[in-house]
Amino acid sequence: MKDTFVLGGKEFDSRFILGSGKYSMELIQAAVKNAGAQIITLAVRRTNTKETENILDYIPDNVTLLPNTSGARDAKEAVRIARMSRELGCGDFVKIEIMRDSKYLLPDNAETIKATEQLANEGFVVLPYMYPDLNVARDLQNAGAAAVMPLGSPIGSNKGLATKDFIQILIDEIDLPIIVDAGIGKPSQACEAMEMGAAAIMANTAIATANDIPAMAGAFKSAIEAGRTAYLAGLGRVLERGAAASDPLTGFLRD
Amino acid sequence: MIKINGNLIEADEIKLADYLNENGYRTGRIAVECNEEIVPKSQYESFIIHSGDVVEIVSFVGGG
Repeated sequence: MKDTFVLGGKEFDSRFILGSGKYSMELIQAAVKNAGAQIITLAVRRTNTKETENILDYIPDNVTLLPNTSGARDAKEAVRIARMSRELGCGDFVKIEIMRDSKYLLPDNAETIKATEQLANEGFVVLPYMYPDLNVARDLQNAGAAAVMPLGSPIGSNKGLATKDFIQILIDEIDLPIIVDAGIGKPSQACEAMEMGAAAIMANTAIATANDIPAMAGAFKSAIEAGRTAYLAGLGRVLERGAAASDPLTGFLRD
Repeated sequence: MIKINGNLIEADEIKLADYLNENGYRTGRIAVECNEEIVPKSQYESFIIHSGDVVEIVSFVGGG
């Protein structure tokens, strides 16, 4: 049976959402190719100069764009940025990102719920980045979110699944794709989140700060696929105590 | 005074299309907002920016 990832009515084979921040445009194509990514995040910013280069020129046409609302400090600003991103003409997916705190870049869950409701009502496919809290995830679902994007650890930290137990609660209780976003620093952590039952992984800094960006994109792809396969296979049980031989307990070379 | 992307411009009115052309913008790659409302691309040719208006011109950049 084909294992497809459905988001906003679209079907994807890849469960790796790749960020495009912090690396040169020339490397994006190689990263996208090696990642096998079908969804790429982007940011929206003022453009003042006579720029001839645009990131869209470097992203393959068959990739779904997921603009974020970074820079928004409240729901109102996030809604404005989302509307501008849709006007840029690349679909109606949006990742809501609202931060009041510039030191830890933690999402403002309350404002994120407000923005999710507004944008879902306007027909956007809304993917809210959030601090993993079950009550908030339920509110986001009721507000019309297409998925929930809990953070593993602070943005850009590469510290991994610091919130692992709380992400597991969301995976177990929320009937939406759970996409682990932020803080995933290495392929083993992406694999672990997928083994837990995450629907997809979003990563940027882990790839952008690697020595060999295209190679790391490929390593993440393999890890995410392995974790997904392991989840579908069903992990073996864990013994609280003792051991269980893998070998037969008869036929030893003794009487 | 007109404010575009945070910069003050001494003018009573400017045609949006003229401003975009003079500054070399690729209209396929930008979005324009005037006083926090989107200006649809179909209106770029006819849209006039007036004194007191606050305009934002944005495009996609790399981001997570």
